[in-house]
Amino acid sequence: MHEMSLTESILRILETEAGRQGFSRVLEVRLEVGALSHADPDALRFCFDAVTRGSLAEGARLDILRLPGTGWCLPCGAEIAVARRFDPCPRCGGHQIQVTAGDELRIKDLEVA
Amino acid sequence: MCGVCGCGQATVEGTPASGQAPHHHHHHDHHHHHHSHGARGTAGPLGAVHAPGLDPARIVRIEQDILGENDRLAARNRAWFADRAMRTLNLVSAPGSGKTTLLVRTLTALMARADAPPVAVIEGDQQTDLDAQRIRATGAPAVQINTGKGCHLDAGMVARAVADLDPARGTVLFIENVGNLVCPAAFDLGEAARVLVISVTEGEDKPLKYPDMVHAADLMLLNKIDLLPHVAFDVDRCVDLARRVKPGLPVLPVSATTGEGLDAWLDWILDHRPALAGAAADAGPA
Repeated sequence: MHEMSLTESILRILETEAGRQGFSRVLEVRLEVGALSHADPDALRFCFDAVTRGSLAEGARLDILRLPGTGWCLPCGAEIAVARRFDPCPRCGGHQIQVTAGDELRIKDLEVA
Repeated sequence: MCGVCGCGQATVEGTPASGQAPHHHHHHDHHHHHHSHGARGTAGPLGAVHAPGLDPARIVRIEQDILGENDRLAARNRAWFADRAMRTLNLVSAPGSGKTTLLVRTLTALMARADAPPVAVIEGDQQTDLDAQRIRATGAPAVQINTGKGCHLDAGMVARAVADLDPARGTVLFIENVGNLVCPAAFDLGEAARVLVISVTEGEDKPLKYPDMVHAADLMLLNKIDLLPHVAFDVDRCVDLARRVKPGLPVLPVSATTGEGLDAWLDWILDHRPALAGAAADAGPA
């Protein structure tokens, strides 16, 4: 379950930013997680609680903003919604799709004290 | 009820109203004074947190990729490989796809060629150095990374392993990732190309079941094709499904057992090598 590694990366970023931006407690973490990203939100929540125990983010809320997947259909020359990587273009049924968004796995902002 | 933290057990200093919150005092001037709630302040029922002496809550912008640190280390690996005109391949698959057997056969064939490049291997497994031993038996240098409980290699592990290996200029470096079609997809190691191995003893629908890995692949090797007469595996359908996920994905059928298809695979490895001649600055990864 690589969500454990992802969550450890989140904690490292929080600890670095705590020194840089001068805070000692994290009350909420807001993530942007794309529909086509490599992370499962439920697994992230589970790991977040485990990894942050005893840290500056113990007990912090994890707010996960899901971002939709979008792609560019080459035959249609149009932007389309992409829910899963193997879904066909809703216009032409083809699979010549270049994913343009939905890969996001980012910390957007924090509520801190 | 306390209007700041939402606790329902307010007491007036010195006179507990209910006896339920002996360490929770509200002064008459409504100065909040909570203590003995643990070292860091605690969350009230509404999630408000009191930490004496600290600034009130504020929002700070971060806007950082969670995998940013790994990606930074991967970029450093990639530059390091390019400086040495190396070709680095990240081999990913499910457990049991025949990755190590294919690698042994590939190394033996590469080293037998007249134009044999230097080769080296990084083996990733949760436990044991059994695979590294199999690789070293071919004569190729190999280091084993044990990830312990980890389910994938990351760029930092690879950086430490190549420091141990100290590969020569022009080395073809194979990184055999942990057998896992999920987690390694997210972690760039700095490789020039990612090679996905799927064997015909697995389901032909694997590309749809593990689309992230297929999407991250630059080549798909279809292994164990010597077993095709014995299994119900539709090669065309598997390739079609893989290309739905990754349009144009090159596919090479191979058999590590019989050697069928091996030449095309070796050509693919060698044709994409960075040029050895000239300054290191001219030699970029394919």
